[in-house]
Amino acid sequence: MAVRPLLNVPREVRAGVAFEVRILIQHVMETGFRRDAVGMVVAQDIINRFECLVDGEEVFSATLHPAISANPYLAFSARLARSGTMVLRWVDDRGMEGEERVDIKVS
Amino acid sequence: MFFFEKKNQKTSIRLGSAQWMKFFCFFLFTKRRLLFAVCCLGLLGAGEEKRSGYEDAGPQVRAMQDDDLANPAFLWVQQGAAVWGQGCAGCHGAVEGMRGVAARYPVVEGGRVLNLEQRVNQCRVERQGVAALAPEGDAMLGVTALVGLQSRGMAIAVEVEGAAAAHVARGEAFFRLRQGQLNLSCAQCHEQLAGQSLAGARIPQGHANGYPIYRLEWQGMGSLFRRLRACLVGVRAEVLARDEGLLGDLELFRAARGAGLKVETPGVRP
Amino acid sequence: MLPRRGFVLMAAAGAVLPAGAWAKPEEVEALIRAVAGGAVPKAGRVRLEVPELVENGNAVGMTVSLGADVPAGAVLTDIHVFADGNPRPGVAHFRFGKLSGGARVSTRIRLATSQTVHAVAVFADGSCWRDSVSLLVTLSACLDD
Repeated sequence: MAVRPLLNVPREVRAGVAFEVRILIQHVMETGFRRDAVGMVVAQDIINRFECLVDGEEVFSATLHPAISANPYLAFSARLARSGTMVLRWVDDRGMEGEERVDIKVS
Repeated sequence: MFFFEKKNQKTSIRLGSAQWMKFFCFFLFTKRRLLFAVCCLGLLGAGEEKRSGYEDAGPQVRAMQDDDLANPAFLWVQQGAAVWGQGCAGCHGAVEGMRGVAARYPVVEGGRVLNLEQRVNQCRVERQGVAALAPEGDAMLGVTALVGLQSRGMAIAVEVEGAAAAHVARGEAFFRLRQGQLNLSCAQCHEQLAGQSLAGARIPQGHANGYPIYRLEWQGMGSLFRRLRACLVGVRAEVLARDEGLLGDLELFRAARGAGLKVETPGVRP
Repeated sequence: MLPRRGFVLMAAAGAVLPAGAWAKPEEVEALIRAVAGGAVPKAGRVRLEVPELVENGNAVGMTVSLGADVPAGAVLTDIHVFADGNPRPGVAHFRFGKLSGGARVSTRIRLATSQTVHAVAVFADGSCWRDSVSLLVTLSACLDD
């Protein structure tokens, strides 16, 4: 998870108006069904949990399964009443975590 | 803007395959092969026949390519920017200075065809004195995607005169060579049958104007060689080595054949 | 932070299906009933958008959102997505929190073969609704080795 995801979040929004959050994370999302060149099953390794919170309150969360494509893309919407820090967090089967933080100003 | 907004679909006009066959036969059985090559390129250079693989892809794939924030290839472009900053920027400055470069590659130098990847490694090894980048590695794909991106929207325009002419002719001969257990040539699918359906997808004309691409089949990024390899494996032909001169000639011929099409790097293909 | 009911359901699904067996439509129906608390969700109030002809099953764009026939004031809290022709039936479980701007999410999913994709929506008042799309999955030519 050394590569930063592609993240599109507006830094300034209007209070009470919904806005879109889009994130594209680089991850192989290994299904656990593939076999390698010698016939051994390649172990499953997917991002299984994704959360988006602002100052501790949940915006959106997802439990993902191997049916989610490689380099997962998620687009969802948020609506804030006051400024805060949006935290997007995810974890994969190996326990590797990723996080992005964005300060959003609400006017 | 959400993921599923549709873009306007483009239309294109094509000549029938019968006319093309007659044209090829006339030249193929004469000795004027170089004239044949130049005329072919001239005709293809007319522009109304040519169609990027983008137009043969479905609406979802096109939507992925159109949106830089939903195009996974940009994860690699990011990595390419890091590699650029670490080494290339010392001599080349900001990467925006590379505008136009990818549109005129591959080039002929020292008796062989040099594509962008080979040029990057040549620069690294001979001028920077650092290790070459691994061919299908994230760093190489990232740098070539980044440099290609600077030419996005520009028309492909490679040099075909002078020393390049012989390479173009050899590349074209390979393009029309029937090979492999399936005894198919590139031209049979990508010229005669381009636009028709194969396993649910439309056969593209085989232009290389979007490389390196994010291919859904790979679920990752890959170079032109990786795609060629899949084709050669597909017809059960001998897969030539990456740096084989003949593949360089083929790449130059394809770029000449696609002259006028816009660079789409980094493209998305099914 | 565990998704509680959804997680338990998916784990149960994994335990029920023997390794190597693919999901079957009846098993997906059982999972859908479990999500709906034993009832059979009615069709409506949630919209599943997936193309009916898929060019490549590795990355199929999907959007699930509130349907047009949702009464004012109804709050959609969870959406479960199932694919009845994949090796495992579960695709994702989305939850929309207090700061959500509206129940709508887009992502890309993998579909192993032609099948039916189901979306089940759970509202704050406990009611469950569903939508399904049957689709054809094709494959690109010239696969890598």
